[in-house]
Amino acid sequence: MINKTVKDATEAVKDVFSNSVLMFGGFGLCGIPENCLRALLLKDLTGLTCISNNAGVDDFGIGLMLQKHMVKKMISSYVGENAEFERQLLSGELEVELIPQGTLAERVRAGGAGIPAFFTPAGVGTEVADGKEIREFDGKLYLLERWLKADFSFVKAWKGDTAGNLIFKGTARNFNPMMATAGRITIAEVEELVPAGELDPNQIHTPGIYVHRIFQGEKYEKRIEQRTVSK
Amino acid sequence: MLDKNQIAKRIAKEVKNGQFINLGIGIPTLVANYIPENLEVVLQSENGLLGIGPFPTEENVDPDLINAGKQTITMVQGSSLFSSADSFAMIRGGHIHLTILGAMEVSENGDIANWKIPGKMVKGMGGAMDLVASAENIIVAMQHCSKDGQSKLLKECSLPITGMRCVKKIVTDLAVLDVLPEGGFRLLERAPGVSVDEIKAKTEGKLVIDGEIPEMVFD
Repeated sequence: MINKTVKDATEAVKDVFSNSVLMFGGFGLCGIPENCLRALLLKDLTGLTCISNNAGVDDFGIGLMLQKHMVKKMISSYVGENAEFERQLLSGELEVELIPQGTLAERVRAGGAGIPAFFTPAGVGTEVADGKEIREFDGKLYLLERWLKADFSFVKAWKGDTAGNLIFKGTARNFNPMMATAGRITIAEVEELVPAGELDPNQIHTPGIYVHRIFQGEKYEKRIEQRTVSK
Repeated sequence: MLDKNQIAKRIAKEVKNGQFINLGIGIPTLVANYIPENLEVVLQSENGLLGIGPFPTEENVDPDLINAGKQTITMVQGSSLFSSADSFAMIRGGHIHLTILGAMEVSENGDIANWKIPGKMVKGMGGAMDLVASAENIIVAMQHCSKDGQSKLLKECSLPITGMRCVKKIVTDLAVLDVLPEGGFRLLERAPGVSVDEIKAKTEGKLVIDGEIPEMVFD
């Protein structure tokens, strides 16, 4: 098997360059590539376009990249938990493209699957449809949406092997599988990295073909946004 | 007038056995507390779960298991997990029978506005546009009037819409109303102690009233 292993997050992000397009898996702070985000923060990068369902919070996740003014544009579906984000958006420092969540997921999936565009009903009749082709199929209106691809995709899985095969856990899967397919270079960080052959091929969620670099994350904080418990 | 829990309790009466349901944030989330135990239904979380269970006890909190409101949750027996692409394939593909969500405005032809107030901070639509574009049945849970007393049931939405001609039923603190296919809100029930005249006065869009309007009945 081809060995995709790199030493750590620093080595994994070594060639990320300014003005590149980056994808990050995760929903809220659940399933985000924490170690790659930390390593990216130490690099002198500007002008990045970040594709991610959310934009982190002020002091964690992509929010920290915003604090360092590394991001030129965010492409997201919901960005509500971040005061610095709001400040940069209102002052015009940051460009934002808001996309319906299912459209975002499908545009990324299409990017990885070689489908340049597709029709979806989400957003018909709304400002999301402005400037887009509308077509009727079987009596219902749909709008044309294009694929999304990235220079680098950052994904986080529960377990992975040296061949790049990934298994996700719980709702930390979310956008990670599609983003793994849509990066020219896909970097996977995992909680547990094992030799090829130790994971059951029947249980693999993302086949290793999509993953170019893999490493075991040094530390996972796994911050919870809304700790809600029953008595 | 109904409080938030009573609105949720009234909406729960619309739930049918065997349905797959997506609940939005706020009052819709409370509906889960009032679904009769003899009904077998499955709750979807659009971040990738079918089978939302109750909130966890402190020792069972799992940061890798959250709902779309980013709250920690549990899974019921028979749950399944999947990606966001699969989740919205389920939604767009019409496999989710019922969507319950909040709104800032609903128009008499069923348009809904619930994602953006121009001039204020825009947080994004999340999954709302995908949900309202595809669900076969959409019920809105909201207050009848805004905090400054303006009707939220309008001829036309004044805010940017989330989806067009999609809302089927509305449950407010004052009334239960259907959105008619030809346009207009048909008054079905009124909240205990609320008169038809009050509902008339607080509904800006076309209100259709046929005969006696019963008070809501709670078990």
